[in-house]
Amino acid sequence: MRKLIFAALAAVTALAHAQTLRIGLAEDPDILDPTMARTFVGRIVFAGLCDKLLDLDEKLNIVPQLATSYQWSADNKALTLKLRSGVTFHDGEKLDAQAVKFNLERHKNMQGSNRRGELAVVSSVDAVDASTVRINLSAPFAPLLAVLTDRAGMMVSPKAAQAAGDKFGAQPVCSGPFRFVERVAQDRIVLERFPNYWNKGEIHFNRIVYQPIVDSTVRLANLRSGQLDFIERLAPNDVPGLKSDSRFKVARIVEIGYQGITINTGKSEMAQKNPLGKDARVREAFELSLDRDAIVKVAMDGEAQVGNQWVAPSNRYYGKSAPSPKRNVERARQLLKEAGVSNPSFTLMTPTTSDAQRVAQVVQAMAKDAGFDVKIQSTEFATSLNLADKGQFEAYVLAWSGRADPDGNLQTFIACKGPLNTSGYCNPQVDEAIEKARTTLDPAERAKLYDAVALQVTKDRPIVYLFHRHWLWAHCAKLSGLRTIPDGMVRVQGLKMN
Amino acid sequence: MLNYLLQRLATIVPTLFFVSVLIFGLQQLLPGDPAIALAGEDRDPNVVAFLRAKFHLDEPLPVRYWYWLSGVLHGDLGDSVRIQKPVSELVAEKLPVTLQLATMAMLIALVIGITAGVVSAVKKDTWWDYGANIFALWGLSTPNFWLGILLILLFAVQLGWLPASGYVSPFEDLKGNLAAMIMPAFVLGNAFAAVLMRHTRSAMLQVLSSDYVRTARAKGLEERVVVLKHALRNALIPVITLGALGLGELLGGAVLTEQVFSIPGFGKLIVDAVFNRDYSVVQGVVLCTATAYLALNLLADLAYYLVNPRMRH
Repeated sequence: MRKLIFAALAAVTALAHAQTLRIGLAEDPDILDPTMARTFVGRIVFAGLCDKLLDLDEKLNIVPQLATSYQWSADNKALTLKLRSGVTFHDGEKLDAQAVKFNLERHKNMQGSNRRGELAVVSSVDAVDASTVRINLSAPFAPLLAVLTDRAGMMVSPKAAQAAGDKFGAQPVCSGPFRFVERVAQDRIVLERFPNYWNKGEIHFNRIVYQPIVDSTVRLANLRSGQLDFIERLAPNDVPGLKSDSRFKVARIVEIGYQGITINTGKSEMAQKNPLGKDARVREAFELSLDRDAIVKVAMDGEAQVGNQWVAPSNRYYGKSAPSPKRNVERARQLLKEAGVSNPSFTLMTPTTSDAQRVAQVVQAMAKDAGFDVKIQSTEFATSLNLADKGQFEAYVLAWSGRADPDGNLQTFIACKGPLNTSGYCNPQVDEAIEKARTTLDPAERAKLYDAVALQVTKDRPIVYLFHRHWLWAHCAKLSGLRTIPDGMVRVQGLKMN
Repeated sequence: MLNYLLQRLATIVPTLFFVSVLIFGLQQLLPGDPAIALAGEDRDPNVVAFLRAKFHLDEPLPVRYWYWLSGVLHGDLGDSVRIQKPVSELVAEKLPVTLQLATMAMLIALVIGITAGVVSAVKKDTWWDYGANIFALWGLSTPNFWLGILLILLFAVQLGWLPASGYVSPFEDLKGNLAAMIMPAFVLGNAFAAVLMRHTRSAMLQVLSSDYVRTARAKGLEERVVVLKHALRNALIPVITLGALGLGELLGGAVLTEQVFSIPGFGKLIVDAVFNRDYSVVQGVVLCTATAYLALNLLADLAYYLVNPRMRH
């Protein structure tokens, strides 16, 4: 009898645990308001809290979420969305065309909105009827669909947003599978199951607790000791140890972002003061001195995909005419000779993160073989961004978390007037092709345009792209239903504890 | 007494003013534009401009200082830009956590440090003494984060006795709270225990060789009574002063330990705020810590005043 009671108690305890999903995050998210939010890690929490108009699948295809279908107008200057019926926000308000209009206008007009740039091309929003919204654009803009799969497509309750004003992020009210319960800064964010969720059949937990644990060793220790069920951003060197333990599983996804070295080719007068910024041949020599496979092996423990463009080679918009060059130190030396600088010296500014530091050190050692004298300048991240924006650098190791549409990885960095064009690169032909790819909806046509851009940009090398990191997740083996979507967000729909 | 209190209070006001100027000034020396740090990876120019205007970053330094000071004088420490919460709320949330951690660490340090100090003085030049000295050397030379991670691997991952990290409020679950706090408190208290041990040992050695102890022994008192009742009481005076100062240090010095054990206290709050250039949080937290330090100092001074008759004249 006693045994039976113990067994029953154990089963109840196990059930109670199974009803809460505990996720370890690598950082503490910023404000939980989709309009104001800025961080990658915040988007992981939003994936449980706020549904979006559209979503992505494993192959980066656009799939329905709050909008069941979309239709471009004949001139490609308006996008009509049909909304899912019967969807309510966590406060019971209805999600209809008016609510979508309110949200898109909030993203566009709210002071300090981080979505304004993404929706710059939206000129107005019409609520055609209760379940139809038309987004009018000032010009055709193909990346809009991908934009609506991220924070710009997240819908919050208009009533709650109006009542809370700029304090909305402290008590967010969305329409996702889980609703907000509490947040203790730097400790936890707790969400509970939303009983009226439109897709409730796919939700198998009662609660989700997100816990920021900055140190990757401690995050892993929490998983191993059973205090967490899932951790994001596992350190690459912890993968082998975890693989041999049958209690856990590791999942990996190639990121949509990239890691590269931005070269100051025209941002400031410093561009002309060093041979790397001044002469394309020296940049070519620099790239030829690098062995990307070895960089990935040494700096990332093999946990990244080698690449030479703003999207990974597996992406449909990768420019196949411009593949990664192999290391060729002989040719690199010859190029330097032709450029008249056999031992060029430059400073490589590097954020203090361990990944960036390791990459810089490997690059330094490799480039030395061709005759480069690379000086590493470790700079705290916020300071390095500042120096980069002012053009006070020669070369800069920088990672970009990436956007689902290639335009989000390209235009801002490479277009003459791109807001994050820290290399100072400007090529009118490249600009024209980028602009055309934005206004063309046909994927095949866009792929051709990006191929042409890739050919030119990999020749001019304002950024020497190196690799695309793997998002490494580790979780207890009992957790199933995990979807590995390249944006690195943890979809909670379908997740189950067996 | 009242005069003395008023005098001391009068010195606190300019000190706090000086501290506030210092915090404000030092923050401006941090490289990097706070608006860019806060605007996230997109660094949207509109957002940067908005943040600059919101935090008066374009205004001259004295004007910005005045904005902040007038807020503080009205009881408003500002809001955290990063998570949009009032700084006063964050402080109220974090202070009890750090206080508990510091107090537990101090208790552990006192128990270990004083016991080891007494044993090593009484058993001078024996293996007990050498053992205690080795412990002290180890405690002083072990980095907190390293010890923390080793303890996590042993007690949480291997043995499964304690949670690896995190925090539970004692009002929610006292047992859970103690389980979560014992490792960080030990890590934090360990180094300080070593300092206390060294001080207790030397104070005890001095007292044990004094005349009144010899007299006590000559009277035929038991060794236990001589050591605990006669010698330790006197030897503890400098140790207690050291302990009081140490508590202040532990309050401000738990940064690394809180980081390793993910304890949401003051240390973690300020580190995140500095990296994210969340100025109002940094200023608010430092101001509160400084005020607490000054208040502790004032209490100590008052206690001396009450205890020491000479100060009353």
